[in-house]
Amino acid sequence: MTDTALPAAAPAPTESPLRRIIAEFAESRLALLGVAMLVLFVGAALLAPLLVPQDPYDLATLDILDARLPPGEVSGTGLVFMLGSDGQGRDMLSAMLYGLRISLFVGVTAVALALAIGASAGLLAAYIGGRTESIIMRTVDIQLSFPAILVALILLALLGNGVDKVIIALVAVQWAYFARAARGAALVERNKEYVEAARCLGISRARLLLRHLLPNCLPPLIVIATVDIARSITLEATLSFLGLGVPVTEPSLGMLIANGFDYLLSGVYWISVFPGVLLTLVIIAINLVGDQLRDVLNPRLKR
Amino acid sequence: MLVFIIRRLMQAVLVLAVMSVLVFVGIYMIGDPLAILASPEATELDREAIARALGLDLPLWEQYLRFLGAALTGDFGKSFVFGQPAMRLVLERMPATMELAITATVMALVIGVPLGLYAGLRHQTALARGIMAGSVLGFSLPNFWVGLMLIMIFAVQLGWLPASGRGETVGVFGIQLSIFTADGWSHIVLPAITLGLSKCALIVRLARATAREVMLMDFVKFARAKGLNEKRVIGVHILKNIMVPITTVTGLELGTLIAFAVITETIFSWPGMGKLLIDSIIHLDRPVVVAYLLTVVLLLVLINLVVDILYSVLDPRVRLGNAK
Repeated sequence: MTDTALPAAAPAPTESPLRRIIAEFAESRLALLGVAMLVLFVGAALLAPLLVPQDPYDLATLDILDARLPPGEVSGTGLVFMLGSDGQGRDMLSAMLYGLRISLFVGVTAVALALAIGASAGLLAAYIGGRTESIIMRTVDIQLSFPAILVALILLALLGNGVDKVIIALVAVQWAYFARAARGAALVERNKEYVEAARCLGISRARLLLRHLLPNCLPPLIVIATVDIARSITLEATLSFLGLGVPVTEPSLGMLIANGFDYLLSGVYWISVFPGVLLTLVIIAINLVGDQLRDVLNPRLKR
Repeated sequence: MLVFIIRRLMQAVLVLAVMSVLVFVGIYMIGDPLAILASPEATELDREAIARALGLDLPLWEQYLRFLGAALTGDFGKSFVFGQPAMRLVLERMPATMELAITATVMALVIGVPLGLYAGLRHQTALARGIMAGSVLGFSLPNFWVGLMLIMIFAVQLGWLPASGRGETVGVFGIQLSIFTADGWSHIVLPAITLGLSKCALIVRLARATAREVMLMDFVKFARAKGLNEKRVIGVHILKNIMVPITTVTGLELGTLIAFAVITETIFSWPGMGKLLIDSIIHLDRPVVVAYLLTVVLLLVLINLVVDILYSVLDPRVRLGNAK
């Protein structure tokens, strides 16, 4: 396994670090439940086109006469609405699986970009130091003193609707967390012997940063990234709910909940409730995994 | 201490100046307010007259300088929609938002601290595990969805509480407040729960973690050895020490709460400044958006400053002068 990549691990441990992490992770049943839920959700989102009974984007298959049917009702064309239908006569289950696709895509993409940008900025700040460091870290401080939701709201008011714009706004409000964590980790790692050894070998600065410093700073970043995906998904849903997120043509889970808000007061509950339950379950699953990862990857708690 | 406060205030002025440029240039880029202000039948001449009246025909930098000059005297221009001074509109609605944010914070503290303390002191019990599981749920539930569900259950299905508005208010020192009337209370309960739920979960977790740490400290062992009863050890020695981080975090989170009030206010039609912001963004009401943002930035800077000072007062080990 990874043993070959780490020939320096002198007193050969009986198990690889990865296997140890997996074993420790599996100690928590809740965390395993989280993983199982995530596998289910990601699988359902990826396979949505094969699983759904109806293509929610194909307006030709929608019939306004089927609108707002409660769960279990049968549509005019014989389709059973397991979770009811929305205001346009769309099958809620189908719309939710497609919404889940968008929510997950936005969350994961935004965090991946924020991680890349933030980690680079943080590593550079720690490695170069001096004025570069103070400029980067001052920007991070100022940015983190503003609530993310407010910054994202204003950015989207300026940029307009769209999946790409939501991702830009999410990256803009989240990179700073990664920059701060990466700098903190890199400041510790920078003074360790292996960095000095690598420097003595005369390898290039880029290689030192990417191959030696970065991998050793990753554990805290992975923990933040996991929890951040949940935060991104919630933020996206919130912005979409306010009408400043994804466009109406590509409804995410948040947008579906917003659509149901109009009908909620007349007792048509399923349009808002089911997407909300799904959204909550996704976030809980991610948080369960994140919590356990934090415990497993935290060197301070190592037994 | 004084040097620290002055330095922080100077930083705050700098942040405000940078924010005012960013906000002004940013807002300038959104849409054309003329398209909304002028009626569709307006002639080109009418439109020019409106633009001139509002100063929209000047180059951007000149508009900014005029704005800045006026802003320093507290004049942020008139709202395009309401025709009233923008700052007055924002300030008029601030009490409603603050009332909501503070009620939510108090609720979160009153419920969160005892639960967290219990979970920390008796962390092996089933109830403690239940509390922790509940806290995961508390901050996983999307804020706005909680609001919708509360409306659905308590306003639509049960019909116990109203779903929108602020209810009857009473003037206290010229400020309209609703927490002093029964009707006002029935209106504030649902939005305050919505806003405070995730904060409550955060406080539970924080209180539990600190309680577990403090419990093992020497002074707690000493207090027990001295023969103090459990009530006094928990109520005085432990509680006092867990309140330091909780005060800090609660203070810092007050800013987030004010920002998140934007959503809660939109759902519950709470007439605060958050709802005003959303309405103003939709109507491209630039002066109000700018006035709101600068007010909130100032508020955040002040909150952070007060929290820092409070922190050093509560925890004598912290010295602000050295903390660079």
